[in-house]
Amino acid sequence: MNSIIHLQLWQMLSAYLFVLILIFIVKLKGIPREKEIFISSIRMTIQLILTGYLLVYLFNTPSPVYTIIILIAMLVFSIYNIIKRAKRNLSLKLKQIIALSMCIGTVSCLFYFLLIVVRITPWYDPRYFIPIAGMLIGNSMTGISLGVSRLVDGMHTHKDFVEGALMLGATPKMAAKQIVDNAFDSAILPTINSMVGMGIVFLPGMMTGQILSGTSPITAIEYQIAIMLGILGSVSLTIIIFVQLGYKTFFNNQSQLIIGE
Amino acid sequence: MFSLKKVKYKHILDIDNLNIKKHKVTCIVGESGSGKSTLLRLLNKLISCDSGEIYYENQLLNTIDSVELRRKVSMLPQLPVIFPGTVRDNLLIGLKFAEKLPVGDEKLHYILNLVHLNKKLDEDSQMLSGGEKQRLALGRLILLDPEVFLLDEPSSALDEETESIIIEKLVAYTKESNKTLIMVTHSKKVAHTYSENIIEINKGKVVNFKEV
Repeated sequence: MNSIIHLQLWQMLSAYLFVLILIFIVKLKGIPREKEIFISSIRMTIQLILTGYLLVYLFNTPSPVYTIIILIAMLVFSIYNIIKRAKRNLSLKLKQIIALSMCIGTVSCLFYFLLIVVRITPWYDPRYFIPIAGMLIGNSMTGISLGVSRLVDGMHTHKDFVEGALMLGATPKMAAKQIVDNAFDSAILPTINSMVGMGIVFLPGMMTGQILSGTSPITAIEYQIAIMLGILGSVSLTIIIFVQLGYKTFFNNQSQLIIGE
Repeated sequence: MFSLKKVKYKHILDIDNLNIKKHKVTCIVGESGSGKSTLLRLLNKLISCDSGEIYYENQLLNTIDSVELRRKVSMLPQLPVIFPGTVRDNLLIGLKFAEKLPVGDEKLHYILNLVHLNKKLDEDSQMLSGGEKQRLALGRLILLDPEVFLLDEPSSALDEETESIIIEKLVAYTKESNKTLIMVTHSKKVAHTYSENIIEINKGKVVNFKEV
C-alpha cells in the first residue's frame, strides 16, 4: 500500500481555484450568486476545520459523556433542520412526532449497528460512534423531510378524498391510507435508488474516504455494505414511526379531519 | 330521527330547534352560503357543533362513535369524489371503507341502472363527465345501504331531464327500502315535487319548516 499523500497548504489553496473559476463564470454571465458561492465556500472551510480539530480532541480523550453530547447535538440539529425545511406550518404534535421518530429510529439502529454488527469496545468509541451516527442521522433526516412534506401536502391537497372516505364510514386510518403509503414510499425511495447505483454510478463517500486514507478497498466495501444496510434500517424505521403516528395528528378523537385553514 | 336543540356552529349556523323525521324525504333549501352543507356535515358528524345538542334516534351525537354513525348516516358531498380506477373500483371502494362485504357484478349493474348510468364496469372513471361522476358517487352511496342518505345537491351537474329521472328513482328506492332521505337542493321544483318536508335556511337560521 502506498503511503498516504498529505496535502500541503499550497495544495489545499490550489483547490480553491475551482471556486474562483465558478465566481468568474457567474460574473461573466451576470448571475447574482457570487455572494452565496463565497459564503458557502468559507462556511464549508471553517466548519470542517473546526470539526476536524473537535474530532481530534474527541478521539484522543474518548468519554461516554462527550459521545452522548455529540449524539444529542446531532439529533437536535437534524430535528430543527427537518422542521425548518418544511414548507407548511407544522402542528406542535407533528413536530413532537418528528422528534420522537428521529430519536427512536436512529438511536435504536445505531446501537444495534455498533454493538451487534461492528462490535466496538468501548461502546462509546468516538472513532466509530460519531461518523456512523452522523451517517444514520443524516440519511434519516433526508428521508423524513420528504415524508413530512408528502404527508402534510397530501393531507391538504387530497382533503376531499379523505373527507369523502370519512363520509362513507371509513376509519381515519383507511381514509388516509393512500397518503400515508405515498409519504412512506417517497421517503424511502432515495435510499433504495442509491443502493441500486452504488459501486457503478458512484463510489459512496465513506468508501472513498477509507480508500484514500489507505484502507484496502475490500475492507472499505465491507463497511460500505454494512453501513448501507444500517442506513436502510434506520431510514425505514424512522419513517414508519413517523407516518404511523403522524397521520393521526390530522384527526381528532371524533374521527374528524382537522386541518388548519 | 334527528333533533337539533340550540345548535351553533361558528358564525355559520344557529338553529334553535329542528326535527327531521324518519322514513321521510326532507329537502333543505336556501341561498348559497346559508349553511345548508354545514348542516349536512353536522348530521354526518364530519364536524361537531360548538354548542347545543344534536340527537340521532334519541342518542346524543357526541356519544355515538363517529365511524359507526357515518356507516348508518352516510353522506354524498357536493363535488363527487372519484378515486383513481375503474367504475367498478369506485363502486366497491365504499364497501371497503365501510368494512362491508364486496358484491358481485350483477348487483353493481343493478346500481348503475338505478342511477341511470350507462357505463361498463371496467371503464376508467376519470374519463366520466361531471354529471356521470356525480351519479357514480351516488351509486356508491346507495350500494352502502345506509339508514339515512345525506345528499348535498345530488343533481347539481345533471340536466333537468336526468335530474327528474334520478330523483324520482331515488325517492322510490328510499320509500321501498324504508330509508330516510335528507337532501340539499337548489331546485325549487325538486323540493316541491318530491319532498315531504322542506326546511328553508337563511343566514344560518331555519326560517321556514313546511310539511308538504
